Amino acid sequence: MINENSEVILSVKDLTADVGDTQILKGLNLEIKAGEIHAIMGPNGSGKSTFSKILAGHPAYKVTAGEVTFRGQNLLEMEPDDRAKSGVFLAFQYPLEIPGVSNLDFLRVSYNAKRKQEGLEELDSFDFDELVRTKLDLLKMDAAFLSRSVNEGFSGGEKKRNEILQMALLEPKLGILDEIDSGLDIDALKIVANGVNQLRKFDNAILMITHYQRLLDYIVPDFVHVMEGGRILTTGGKELAFELEARGYEWVREEEAAEVAR
Amino acid sequence: MSIESAPAHAIEPTLKARVDRAAYLAGLLKSRPELSAELAELQGVRDRALAIAQELAIPTTRDEEWRFTDLSSLVQINFQPIHDQPTISFAQIESFILPEAVNSRLVFVNGIYAPDLSAVDDLPEGVLVGNLSAGIQLIPSLQNYLAKQQGSEEVFTVLNTASLIDAAIVHVPKNQEVETPIQLLFVSTSGDTATISHPRCLVIAESGSSLTLIEEYVTIADGGYFTNAVTEIAIAENAQVSHTRVQREGETAFHIGKTVVSQARDSRYTCNAISLGAKISRHNLEVYQTGEQTQTTLNGLTMINGEQVGDTHSKIAFTKPYGTSDQVQKCIVGDRAHAIFNGKVSVPQAAQLTNAAQLSRNLLLSPRARVDTKPQLEITADNVKCAHGATVSQLEDDEVFYLQSRGLNQEEARKLLTYAFAIEIINHIPVASLKANLTTTIRTQQL
Repeated sequence: MINENSEVILSVKDLTADVGDTQILKGLNLEIKAGEIHAIMGPNGSGKSTFSKILAGHPAYKVTAGEVTFRGQNLLEMEPDDRAKSGVFLAFQYPLEIPGVSNLDFLRVSYNAKRKQEGLEELDSFDFDELVRTKLDLLKMDAAFLSRSVNEGFSGGEKKRNEILQMALLEPKLGILDEIDSGLDIDALKIVANGVNQLRKFDNAILMITHYQRLLDYIVPDFVHVMEGGRILTTGGKELAFELEARGYEWVREEEAAEVAR
Repeated sequence: MSIESAPAHAIEPTLKARVDRAAYLAGLLKSRPELSAELAELQGVRDRALAIAQELAIPTTRDEEWRFTDLSSLVQINFQPIHDQPTISFAQIESFILPEAVNSRLVFVNGIYAPDLSAVDDLPEGVLVGNLSAGIQLIPSLQNYLAKQQGSEEVFTVLNTASLIDAAIVHVPKNQEVETPIQLLFVSTSGDTATISHPRCLVIAESGSSLTLIEEYVTIADGGYFTNAVTEIAIAENAQVSHTRVQREGETAFHIGKTVVSQARDSRYTCNAISLGAKISRHNLEVYQTGEQTQTTLNGLTMINGEQVGDTHSKIAFTKPYGTSDQVQKCIVGDRAHAIFNGKVSVPQAAQLTNAAQLSRNLLLSPRARVDTKPQLEITADNVKCAHGATVSQLEDDEVFYLQSRGLNQEEARKLLTYAFAIEIINHIPVASLKANLTTTIRTQQL
């Protein structure tokens, strides 16, 4: 859904970042508007996952230069929880297990943190229970999920569905999906993709990180970016993904080299 | 009482500490309260303990059993038994009374039975839950149990026995199942002066009986005091005891507690020991299996911060074949606090086919928090299964970040993860109101 007049949700300018002494991002630029779906593709080690964690505020990465603006706010100055409460959501590639905390309690604490931020009253267990059940259907999840400890003993597919369930509850303005397709069989992929598609609205945006074109058959992007060496090398429409699938990343590198030579 | 200290140049430091601490103990023994006339027949029990105590001293960190728990700050304080027992209203202790045990509770104030605050109407006939004078009158065999357990010659235990003036007595007759939980609540009221009390419990579960016991140490004042508690539990063949022990003394208090359990053939004992309070606390938990096919389950949680020291020394002694034990000890340590766990398991030649498991899991919440954990397996039998393990961990950045990315601030995230670590132990507590209360305490604990 490209609409030139939409609100700019995310604007990234010349972003550089380190982990330890190693520079991972080397001048990344990206703009995402409301209603759009973006996909970042790239080989292992290109910095895709790092970028998604930096957007969410992971403390292991140090931003050394550049700007990230989220709906007009300086995102880099915000704590991870404030980013979340303002509408940034990261679906983790490897969601963590928290034995001892029930999924239902976790979802309620998380949901109420956002309500509080918005000046709304927190939902009690009863009302929340009702709300969460409507969201379960979206991901074809059994209510038994709620009484289990967060992600403990969940299969890969269950963990990913649980991430999207959280996204469905929190209704972020920017949903970042970090390899949401990894470890999913085709049926689970369809369920997760269908869940994401139903969460699309005119006023939110999605940024997908993936290795594979396959995901883009189910969540169709407006823009595909190819990332390599901590930068976005090239940007195109969804057809770029097919080209990548057919020709590999080497092709992009050659194009880039030719571009630089010119 | 005064502590005489010799000139430093004259005596070796080791010797000096020894002299001081023997004198200190002698001072505590000298000021112990008198036994009332109706308990005169127990004078012999006190005297025997006194004779042993006179040969002993308060331990130093040079004693292997007290290596990590330094009592130097304890022996600086001139503790006295309370002379004028304060009048406590029900309202002052109401919040500690478990709704499940509202008519099956004994309350002791500074170690002395408080009949006005106790109520035992809910118990089946023949079950005794009462003070020491009731026990003396109604349980002819009482003296066969009192201070007769193994390990009763240890210094703080003899100090308690030599100071005996009252006790909580629980006696469940043969084949009697008591479903109502029995609460033994020990309240300290120390005010302006530093006081010492010696709470004592004796629990006798006759063969085939069962009971649920909640033993709790609390305070309604913030003065410094010293609780020196001893609980003896004798479990006959086929009997079952579920024991939950909660220590939430005041933050300047000292708590030294002994739980000693003997288990006859086919009996089952579970202990959930929760240790949250006191400046320095020590729990000596000793279980002696005396018959075959006996089951012991020990769940422990120590959660301390500030400069607290929380020490658990446990011992499970097998003597006959087919015994089992399952032990999980968790410690959560914040700030500059220091937790200690020493878990002894003794499996002699006669205890073939023993199955013992011990796990010590520790969570350090600050860089200056410290834990010393030591499994101590003494196994001479050859056909046994004894597993043990210890882990020390911190909250992982990735875990905290995951929760932060869902809108919890850093403190809330750390609290939730800490709670998640602790809750496994709390979930074993069989009384719903206590479980809920401790869950709230742990969920809202300042880290």
